Amino acid sequence: MEWSGPGRIIAVRPHGETSAVVEALTPDHGRHAGLVRGGRSRTMRPILQPGNRVSLTWRARLDEHLGAYQVEPDDLSAGQLMEDRLALSGLNAACAMASLCLPERETHTAVYDAFEVLISALEDPDLWPAIYVRWEGGLLADLGYGLDLKRCAATGATSDLAYVSPKSGRAVCAEAGEPYKDRMLKLPAFMRGEPWLEPGDVEAGLKLTAYFIERRVLWPADRQLPEARARMVERLQDADCL
Amino acid sequence: MSAAGPEIERLIQLLSRLPGLGPRSARRAALQMLQKRDTVMRPLAEALAEAADKIKACSTCGNLDVADPCAVCSDYRRDDKIICVVETVGDLWALERAGAFKGRYHVLGGVLSALDGVGPEDLNLASLIERARSDEVREVILALNATVDGQTTAHFISDKLANLSVDITTLARGVPVGGELDYLDDGTLSAAFRSRRPA
Repeated sequence: MEWSGPGRIIAVRPHGETSAVVEALTPDHGRHAGLVRGGRSRTMRPILQPGNRVSLTWRARLDEHLGAYQVEPDDLSAGQLMEDRLALSGLNAACAMASLCLPERETHTAVYDAFEVLISALEDPDLWPAIYVRWEGGLLADLGYGLDLKRCAATGATSDLAYVSPKSGRAVCAEAGEPYKDRMLKLPAFMRGEPWLEPGDVEAGLKLTAYFIERRVLWPADRQLPEARARMVERLQDADCL
Repeated sequence: MSAAGPEIERLIQLLSRLPGLGPRSARRAALQMLQKRDTVMRPLAEALAEAADKIKACSTCGNLDVADPCAVCSDYRRDDKIICVVETVGDLWALERAGAFKGRYHVLGGVLSALDGVGPEDLNLASLIERARSDEVREVILALNATVDGQTTAHFISDKLANLSVDITTLARGVPVGGELDYLDDGTLSAAFRSRRPA
């Protein structure tokens, strides 16, 4: 068995003294792990950092084997993001979420493409938090738990959508949601595809995606949201980016 | 079936757990020791037992030594005003080998790792904050690895120490001694450019 293609490294675990098990997010093979022999060497360590884009060649005798990766550097973004604490927190959160939420070897091309957009935007703190929220929304949708934000679940209205029902994951317009607004989740305008961002929108978006990812993806598998995501939210709060 | 008895097999098994030794090299080491019982094996066993009994982690910095506080913490010639934070005792030893630092150390015992479930409570952080609060301390150097996990930890610690009256610094990143630009990765080159200084 063999395939070649690009991938973003999302996790690296040491294996023995010299090798590493690398988890990469790939466009054609989803979250895919493989052994990198000599992955802990001085030359390979800078390449095998989460967030770096690499060219991968995976080989194994049988498809169900872990297999071995041959890795060539492509876009080494991690080194450039390391000094920016906000960007690094976003990178950590995205890698941890991808590693935790995506099933292994299941193709999620849209998630990969959005991940690429997110990584390339991480240097712009005005932009990436909203992209991150959209990426998590896309992650939910690609896993089959997408939110229906096109029309109101109660009235069918397509305008003035202000809330999301925590039960159904469907949008609710401001008028129909008013009596239940304490129990509803706020729907930020940019999640509906609007091109503007209001104060508090990113925070509302992060709460919205966290709510559904926890309940629909993580809790059934007895998992919790990663600490890296909580740290990112904290850091965004400190930097007044929410 | 093995030609060696269970005692020798156990010795080989234990040796093969050490870094740098696989089952074959552990077998060779065991054989060598058995052939040189009086000159190698017994002194080694005594040294191991003595080290296991006497060496402990320093309650101040986390270094390994027979005394608590350790030799570094109790050395009066060292500068009390500067604390260098390192990930492991191995990093402390590497800095001591270089002889470039004459202050105090603090060993974290790891770095934050979302994947491995290492959180702030798993690190030797509370005592670092306590030490940094002391009036004597003026600077905390975060000498952590230039990896995503290492730098995440460095940012986390600098946030925790931000409200204390200490300077927080990190090690420089750039072209290593003897390094050729052609062979450097993009991240190191970018960091080197950002940290350029007047010639």
